[in-house]
Amino acid sequence: MPMTDTSRDLFPGALEMMILESLRRQPAHGYALVQHIQLRSKNLLQVEEGSLYPALQRLLKAKLVKAEWGLSSTNRRVRTYQITPAGLRRLEQQISSFERMFEGIALVLNPGKSPAS
Amino acid sequence: MNWIPRIFRRRTLFDDLSEEMRLHLEERVEQLTREGLSPQEAERQARIAFGNLAVVEERSRAVWQWPTLESIAADARLAVRQLRRSPGFTIAAVLTLALAIGANSVVFGVLNALVLKPLNVPRPQSLFTIERGGYKDQATSYPDYLDLRDRNRTFEALTAYILVPVGFDTGKNPSQAWGYEVAGNYFQAMDVQPFLGRFFSVADEHGPNSAPYLVLSWSYWHTHFQDDRGVVGRVVQVNKHPFTILGVAPPDFSGTLIFFYPDFWAPMVQQEQIQGIDVLNNRGQRNIFMVLGHIKPGVTQAQAIADLNSIGSYLEKTYPKEDAWMTYSLARPSLAGDLLGPGVTGFMTGMMLLAGLILLAACANLGSLFSARAADRSREVALRLALGSTRRRIVRALFTEAVLISLTGGVAGLLGSVALLQRLSVWHPIPQYPMHVPVYPDAKVYLVALFLALASGFLFGAVPVRQILRTNPYEVVKAGSAGIIAGHTSRRITFRDVLLAVQIAICAVLVTSSLVALRGLERSVHSSFGFDPRNVMLADTDLSMSGYSGDQRPAMQKRMIEALQPIPGVKSVGFISQVPLSGGSSTEDVFTSQATDLTPSKAAANSVAVFSISPDYFRAAGTALITGSIFSWQNSKDAPPVAVVNAVFARRIFGSVSNAIGNYYKRENGTRVQVVGVVEDGKYYQLTENPRPAEFLPFPQNPTHLAALVVRSDRDPQQLAAEIRSTLRGLDSGLPFTIQTWNEGLDIALFPSRVATVALGILGLMGAMLSITGIFGMAAYSVSRRLRELGIRIALGAQHKEILQAALGRAVKLLAIGSAAGLALGILATRVLAAVVYQATPRDPLVLAGVVLAMALLGLVATWIPAQRALSVDPLVLLREE
Repeated sequence: MPMTDTSRDLFPGALEMMILESLRRQPAHGYALVQHIQLRSKNLLQVEEGSLYPALQRLLKAKLVKAEWGLSSTNRRVRTYQITPAGLRRLEQQISSFERMFEGIALVLNPGKSPAS
Repeated sequence: MNWIPRIFRRRTLFDDLSEEMRLHLEERVEQLTREGLSPQEAERQARIAFGNLAVVEERSRAVWQWPTLESIAADARLAVRQLRRSPGFTIAAVLTLALAIGANSVVFGVLNALVLKPLNVPRPQSLFTIERGGYKDQATSYPDYLDLRDRNRTFEALTAYILVPVGFDTGKNPSQAWGYEVAGNYFQAMDVQPFLGRFFSVADEHGPNSAPYLVLSWSYWHTHFQDDRGVVGRVVQVNKHPFTILGVAPPDFSGTLIFFYPDFWAPMVQQEQIQGIDVLNNRGQRNIFMVLGHIKPGVTQAQAIADLNSIGSYLEKTYPKEDAWMTYSLARPSLAGDLLGPGVTGFMTGMMLLAGLILLAACANLGSLFSARAADRSREVALRLALGSTRRRIVRALFTEAVLISLTGGVAGLLGSVALLQRLSVWHPIPQYPMHVPVYPDAKVYLVALFLALASGFLFGAVPVRQILRTNPYEVVKAGSAGIIAGHTSRRITFRDVLLAVQIAICAVLVTSSLVALRGLERSVHSSFGFDPRNVMLADTDLSMSGYSGDQRPAMQKRMIEALQPIPGVKSVGFISQVPLSGGSSTEDVFTSQATDLTPSKAAANSVAVFSISPDYFRAAGTALITGSIFSWQNSKDAPPVAVVNAVFARRIFGSVSNAIGNYYKRENGTRVQVVGVVEDGKYYQLTENPRPAEFLPFPQNPTHLAALVVRSDRDPQQLAAEIRSTLRGLDSGLPFTIQTWNEGLDIALFPSRVATVALGILGLMGAMLSITGIFGMAAYSVSRRLRELGIRIALGAQHKEILQAALGRAVKLLAIGSAAGLALGILATRVLAAVVYQATPRDPLVLAGVVLAMALLGLVATWIPAQRALSVDPLVLLREE
């Protein structure tokens, strides 16, 4: 059985973290978010565009972002997402725990070098 | 909680989501078009980048849902839509299950009420009846009872009762009523409280006839005293003796037998007034029906038995003449211990097994229907898989359909069975006895029915799962429907075939057992009872009900015979103490004429049936005399004792029938009796009893308070009954009589096998119906799948026979295999039946032929329509269709 819903998440929560980080810089609608993530990762991360939406719904439900219908700079009707204070706090927690994890992984992979030197 | 408003907001949430995703795609397409792609190509690229729109949307929505509950509801909605599209299938499935679940809950309801549920008294777990000896005899004499009551250290209180019919007179119309004659401590030992007035107790008793008190049952008070609260203190006549009503028992207490509701309770010390006999001081007369009581807390059953046995060995040593085999065991009192307990339990367990088989057959039936349906829907399944649905989701949808059907069927079956159980509970099977079948359904019945419904839903829902999991969407879509057919009609045996064979086998078991039971009943009705019940009226009474005693009794009995003889059309009138097979029994041990030691263990024959008769009884009853003669009216009280015995008696005591004539034997009371005649054997107490010895004594020499007149005539029973009634009224207007034909009188003897036959007949019918639907489903399905092939065959010149063979050969083969297996199993299973249904034997050519014929007929009925359809195939129409 070939395809079905293979998640393109790197690890659970990674997509949410990137969405929150993008939204922290500036509010955006779904399409812009996809563009932004791909641009920032220099196309290293190929996100299936659709999988953004379940993640956005989860964030909405947890009240980490809020959404509003409005008009974009190009005059399109869009639903713009904005990070909430709770979202900001969550983002900081996640980044710090992610950095610690990354540090740990780096130490295991390159035992000789000390990271962040 | 914020989920409540969320439910109402959800519609907007989902609309927003769809809109947002649509706009996303639109923006992407615009972008791609700007980059120079054609609109179609841009649309394609956009969709590829976005992924499966439906799956994304479902996953996004899922975020807001309670994961299980709501998706189950969604599945249920889908299932309802699917089932609505095939109403025929749905109705057939629901009906099948409703019948199967209904049968199970009725059988369980009866099993639960009669066997599983204890008596409705406080602390029923510790309540036991005492049984004596290897025969599990519950009969006890009053002196023995007193010893047991006073000497035991393991029971809280031992009490006792006897069932008695009496003439009950409230001043108006005297009628027959049934009561318990109880030991004084009965109500205290049962720990029940009066509804009205008070109960009598040991303190009220001061020797024989010292406590003329009555306690009414609630229902008798309700029906015969119209709920009159003033009855307490009223005096009524019981067998012409005044008794004072002390109180009324609570509505939920109906004695200590589950099926026999007394109208009243009276103290046993009043025995002489109530029964006209006084054996309170006679240790050898075991006329107490049951001794029962609560074991003390902390005492085990084994300790209680040991305690009773030590009293038993004391009694054996102290009273060697009267007491033998005084070893005890305990049993539950509700079904009269081992009298009915094992029979009822065995029969109901057997019925439960058969009902379980019905359910299994129904599940097999539905399983194959479901798997056929899944095969028909394999294209739909393949499409759904291709569109991104998971297999789990599809299997779940299938289970939802199955459970939906099983629950609907279960609820319908349960409602039907509750109605049936309630009707059974108010049923009064035998008019002259206060018998009931209190089988009101309780929570346990509902739970079991629902559990069975769910379990069977999962069982038959699981059948097509493997099929779904194996589906390869690519193959199915590519091959089209023709490919599937090729895959499924291969020569190998499929799981569906096995299911059908199993189902037919189960149905054949049911058909076999119901035919065996029917045949047994038919034989028991036409077998030799040792008398001929046709054209005979019975008039039953008990002279003690009208206060006759001593020498008045034979005189009155003779007057009754003489009064009936002149009625026009009456051929002969006989008298007997107790009509055979009418429910009562009276036995004694007999000894050889030389015997001096009359202890029970030295007896030449135990449990000999004793009857007191008039010389004309045998002629009136139609019992044949084998040899010798019948005594005459000259054999009065003071003449030498004589008897007529049956052939079993003659062979057992004297070695042969011819030896018996003129020879002597000794009765239990020491009387030496000469045998003057030998009559044919008969059934005396139970239809299923083995041939037993019987002695018939002239009633003046063996006086009795019982009186049954056997009137043979060629008159219309209705008119004759009226004339007999008015004649007997003329003799004594206060003596209540039961007048009925002898065939009606046999009701009680035939009751168990009738119930068994009706129950088995219904189960057999259900089995037959299930096998029809099963075979029909399979045959119709295989014909419809192969219509094209059949059409081509017809076009190529196939004959009817060949077409039928191609279309139905497999169904017929399965029917044959299943029936053979079922017949073999059924023959094994019906051994169990022999205990209940008289002369139930499966080794009966008629039964075997009947089963084969029934199954063949079922097969014919079930394949008729599919066969017609196969034969009427028009190849042109079919070939044009594709």
